[in-house]
Amino acid sequence: MRGANAALGAAGLAAFLALGEAVPRLGLVKEAYFPPTSRIADALGQEVTDHAFWTALGDTLTGWALGLAIAVGAGVVVGLLVSVVPHLREATASTIEFLRPIPSVALIPLAVLLYGTELRSVLLLVVYASFWQVLVQVLYGVQDVDPVAEETARSYGLGPWARVRHVLWPTALPYVMTGVRLAAAVALILAVTAELVIGAPGLGARIAVAETSQAVPDMYALVVVTGLLGLLINVGARTVERRALAWHQSVRGEVMV
Amino acid sequence: MRLFLLRLFFVVALPALLVALWWLASDGSTNVYWPPLRTILRTFPDVWTSERLRSDLVPSVLRLLAGYAAAAVVGVALGTVIGSYRRVRAVCEPVLEFLRAVPPPVLVPVIMLFAGIGDTMKIAVIASGCVWPILLNTVEGVRAVDSVMAETARSYGITGVARLRSVVLRAASPQIFAGLRQALSIGIILMVISEMFAASNGLGFTIVQFQRSFAIPDMWTGILVLGLLGFLLSVVFQLVERRVLGWYHGLRAVSRRSP
Amino acid sequence: MHASLVVSGLNKVYEGSGRRVEAVRDLTFTVEAGELVCLVGPSGCGKTTLLKCMGGLLTPTAGEVRLNDRPVSGPPPGMAFVFQEYGRSLFPWMRVRENVELPLKQKPLSKARRRELVMDALESVGLTDAAGAYPWQLSGGMQQRVAIARALAYEPAVLLMDEPFAAVDAQTRADLEDLVRGLWRERGITILFVTHDIDEAVYLGERVLILSASPTVVQEQLKVDLPDERDQLHTRVAPRFAELRTHVYEQIQAAKRGGTDAGPPEKTLT
Repeated sequence: MRGANAALGAAGLAAFLALGEAVPRLGLVKEAYFPPTSRIADALGQEVTDHAFWTALGDTLTGWALGLAIAVGAGVVVGLLVSVVPHLREATASTIEFLRPIPSVALIPLAVLLYGTELRSVLLLVVYASFWQVLVQVLYGVQDVDPVAEETARSYGLGPWARVRHVLWPTALPYVMTGVRLAAAVALILAVTAELVIGAPGLGARIAVAETSQAVPDMYALVVVTGLLGLLINVGARTVERRALAWHQSVRGEVMV
Repeated sequence: MRLFLLRLFFVVALPALLVALWWLASDGSTNVYWPPLRTILRTFPDVWTSERLRSDLVPSVLRLLAGYAAAAVVGVALGTVIGSYRRVRAVCEPVLEFLRAVPPPVLVPVIMLFAGIGDTMKIAVIASGCVWPILLNTVEGVRAVDSVMAETARSYGITGVARLRSVVLRAASPQIFAGLRQALSIGIILMVISEMFAASNGLGFTIVQFQRSFAIPDMWTGILVLGLLGFLLSVVFQLVERRVLGWYHGLRAVSRRSP
Repeated sequence: MHASLVVSGLNKVYEGSGRRVEAVRDLTFTVEAGELVCLVGPSGCGKTTLLKCMGGLLTPTAGEVRLNDRPVSGPPPGMAFVFQEYGRSLFPWMRVRENVELPLKQKPLSKARRRELVMDALESVGLTDAAGAYPWQLSGGMQQRVAIARALAYEPAVLLMDEPFAAVDAQTRADLEDLVRGLWRERGITILFVTHDIDEAVYLGERVLILSASPTVVQEQLKVDLPDERDQLHTRVAPRFAELRTHVYEQIQAAKRGGTDAGPPEKTLT
């Protein structure tokens, strides 16, 4: 069953690549706009031998990882703080509901003025966008804490810190992991956006250069690279989520189905 | 009444505090990039006249809605087909996983090749970025329709369009809405940056113009407008969701109380 | 309205990922028109598989099911199914009224007639007041009543019930048993009722079919010669009731041991 699915998937992928080759070759779309798969593959081959490509990839990954780390750290700390301190949850609800949907791209002009094409520009956008993903999941997670467990812990005289460690955190962990997974995807989107629009060094900036210099196959090759990067991040985040939570019911159920 | 006042206090207190802090901290600021809030607010009505709203806000929102609606229709339709057939799903899965993983903003230069820099390009960019979360969530939702529900429908001869409308799409609706929600925030990002790339009007275009001409307070008002737009769209979305998924939230509340 | 069910030589084998499981080996029996027959058997003996084959939800590997002399090849229109998992069988996005009405929309009925059938069915199960509620707002027993109402409104000739009361508490269960018997006597529907509860089978049925352990065959068919008027209080303490259930119990124990020391297929206790 599994093998059959993999074979079907490989067939689908092969068909997708073949279609990408055939459509421009048959003249259904202009080759100048949509180069055939083989030419994109050629361009990709050239990219990976170029030192500058690897530097750009490294820049993108740096912005992504640093931004994600800051957002996760801040999201978890703020989330726990808001949940533990009495009344803070109610007091912050409206502010969070207001700030969260503000699109982080609104900060692009500000980032340009303040930091230009520095890494900090990328970080500003990445952190703002992914912070909310983590924070909201932490808040959901803490809300899910079984009141009986909480009361049991309280009745045994566990202090606030011990309660956070032994009751709150384990319950919230699956949610935090989900938040990290969502944030990882959003962080990549914003990192590439910042590079593409502001011109901070990285894959996005390289795509912008390829676009302005009409190097269409290279542009497609770079788009494919960002896609593969995204795929890697998604699969990696899902794996980490599953590993870290092997004991947890929600994951066990998911694996079984 | 006292409870209501208390709740109102909780809703208003922190935002008021933050605005007050901003006001005080920025008051008398001479840093060009951080103009006093007083100046920003004074500039606001001058910049965002009804004419400007008509020439910049309305086109942006219309493009967003057009692209979003197209993505919703295509995503749900295709997702239902793919989710209903195990083999189709197995064939499409790797390709879809890849396409979803491409960060949507890199589509802007690609789609500009085909569609130029007009409205078509922006709508196409928004649609092609929004479609993946909707599509994949629909696939997941349709695939996971409860087996007993499916058998109930079959045993009562509920087939075809009736099955699709009354059973499959309804059962998948929580997942579909999760996809629509993700797509909305992606849509706003794409709306803004497609206008920053190439446009003669729209919110993204205007804000970048302000920034380039160093009209800093004007730029700040633009950021505020974008923030407000994002907030309003999310409120509208939540209202729709609460209407359509009222049953789902009720069901979840019940099953949480008695696990 | 009356309909008979004939199962002959039914065999069902599940095949998947290299494994082959024979859930039902060779089943032959008849349910007469207007009869209430209970099927009991040890757990895991393929009761649900059998019922799904009869309801046209599964295709048998061999043999056939005939409803009124017509072979069943898909869910037949004159048949309604009540599942054990009421929580998953009712659609949570529809109110009780809409849940009951949905199957009727597939039939050529006027709107007024549909509404009449819905209200009549809800009244029969005592849930007129709950018409506007969502199923998940009701207790388990009430939810199963909604599922029964949905089946009634469909006006089936045959009602297949798959351990419908396995997940409700004892008191509710007794009420629901009386409800089913009452509806059966009132409406003359042919009912096939699957259960793992011996008392329930004897209390409800006109006839009890005892199945063997997997792979399943009919171990014994037993006529229940209790009076038509039954009630929880007196019927269950009647000596005849005790004899019948002891017999069924012994047969099931024998079935579990895998012995097929059953007598002739149709046998009445003497």
